[in-house]
Amino acid sequence: MDGSKTFDDALTGEQKIRNFNLNFGPQHPAAHGVLRLVLELDGEIVERCDPHIGLLHRGTEKLMESRTYLQNLPYFDRLDYVAPMNQEHAWCLAIEKLTGVEVPRRASLIRVLYSEIGRVLNHLLNVTTQAMDVGALTPPLWGFEEREKLMIFYERACGARLHAAYFRPGGVHQDLPDALLDDIEAWSHEFPKVLDDIDGLLTENRIFKQRNADIGVVTEDEILEWGFSGVMVRGSGLAWDLRRAQPYECYDEFDFKIPVGKNGDCYDRYLVRMEEMRQSVSIIRQAIAKLRETPGDILARGKITPPSRKDMKTSMESLIHHFKLYTEGFHVPAGEVYAAVEAPKGEFGVYLVADGTNKPYRAKLRAPGFLHLQAMDHVAKGHQLADVAAIIGTMDVVFGEIDR
Amino acid sequence: MFEALKELGAHIEVKRPDCVLGWSVDHGELNVEVSPTRIVGLVDFLRSDATCKFSTLVDITAVDYPERPKRFDVVYHFLSMYQNQRVRLKMAVREEDMVPSIVSVHPSANWFEREVFDMYGILFSGHPDLRRILTDYGFRGHPLRKDFPTTGYTEVRYDEAEKRVVYEPVKLVQEYRQFDFMSPWEGADYILPGDDKTAPDSHASKEKG
Repeated sequence: MDGSKTFDDALTGEQKIRNFNLNFGPQHPAAHGVLRLVLELDGEIVERCDPHIGLLHRGTEKLMESRTYLQNLPYFDRLDYVAPMNQEHAWCLAIEKLTGVEVPRRASLIRVLYSEIGRVLNHLLNVTTQAMDVGALTPPLWGFEEREKLMIFYERACGARLHAAYFRPGGVHQDLPDALLDDIEAWSHEFPKVLDDIDGLLTENRIFKQRNADIGVVTEDEILEWGFSGVMVRGSGLAWDLRRAQPYECYDEFDFKIPVGKNGDCYDRYLVRMEEMRQSVSIIRQAIAKLRETPGDILARGKITPPSRKDMKTSMESLIHHFKLYTEGFHVPAGEVYAAVEAPKGEFGVYLVADGTNKPYRAKLRAPGFLHLQAMDHVAKGHQLADVAAIIGTMDVVFGEIDR
Repeated sequence: MFEALKELGAHIEVKRPDCVLGWSVDHGELNVEVSPTRIVGLVDFLRSDATCKFSTLVDITAVDYPERPKRFDVVYHFLSMYQNQRVRLKMAVREEDMVPSIVSVHPSANWFEREVFDMYGILFSGHPDLRRILTDYGFRGHPLRKDFPTTGYTEVRYDEAEKRVVYEPVKLVQEYRQFDFMSPWEGADYILPGDDKTAPDSHASKEKG
């Protein structure tokens, strides 16, 4: 097997068997992006798994150091491109923490609304492609239709389906028209039926269960050792959710439940994601109801936000402010903060070091997928080769945020 | 919230006076300054102590201050899911210093330390596998250092003649544009782009023409 000449006769010679090394990726449909896994296999059992990441490294953190705070915002859409606005949220929270800006209530509600839309976007993609990784083709086709509708809601709010740049420090870019709220609400009544359909396809599906139950089991100790967050934690029975534990924005006034799993395997995490989508839909409805009662401005007018269009047309000061804001940008007082949000994939954080200029001195993006993928060797060890795809799927990795 | 963090900071300082150089609470976050040689012991203490219980490593990163003798700040973030609190550890290290690795306490530190090594060139002693992580195979330099140019030194393209990917020094058609907004509009002590042909004495000739 190793190509040496010592082995001539299958009956008498000592047979030397060495482990088989397999390259998984970088271009593999189940790798969810450009992931290269070097797998050492003993037969079909994974002995060692060495993820090679960085194939999508774009130097985001370096680029951010030479751009203004506002120019940096669109980079966040390109991190976890499955749920772009959730990332922007962390950046805005970090800046608001340093500058001490209070976000108007209407903007806060819009942020919650779109964060939850982002969560549904993400979980829809994850659950359905997870099903595809283990052999089902219909769920992604159904799920992507809903994703398409949600992306149209994105587009109607900010003009872009994916790269939103909608959350801004101090609020959100534009107000939502009433018709959009009506349409999102109408969608929120239809969507549970689609969820039920996907549920009917997968939850009790024999193949899906066999491929996911008892695969990639994660215990409480492993969660702590490997720094997991998000669904990877909740799937194992720990009710840890930043929206509840360290409430940001106005999540503390929303009524939602935190689903937790029991066994910590891929199947439980699938169930958690399904339930989280239902909870998100409930939050979306609550947010719409609150938004209807809360008219008002959507930006905290001040130094870090542009003046209103009307002011700009009449006041010279506003015009100058607008010009300076979009050329020089705003200055953030020196200091350092860490702001985290419960992104759909886990805790997405921004560590921002400001030096008082209009550019961040250092911005570190803490991606949940980075830690999840790191544990790949630990979790996949002893599983079969075919389970590797299921484990990658359940970890919910997206290389935009891991490679940055 | 602030009071609880202050109590926590005082608690850590009392329990580990040899590790803690100072602490403060800013923007509702607890910062603790640590001496680099004692980091492993302190992290282990933070993980096991009942009041701290910082069982989850959130992040390790570094910040480069080229003008300081101790050039880098290595920054650790920890989270306690049990006590619902966060802490930030900071330590200043020289460029040539080795930082003790905390992989033995938190296995999740592995990739973070690899990333800090990759991006800043800070070495971690006792790390099981200190390879580059994010940059290309065979990459040279440490990109997040402030003296590393944003454009990098090499660029890659597919060469049709050689039928392979080739690496070449960066050729910029246009100078990389760094806008300096910190200077006032007038009185900049450098020549503005496009203004470089205007030597001081040519102003006079312009006026005549």
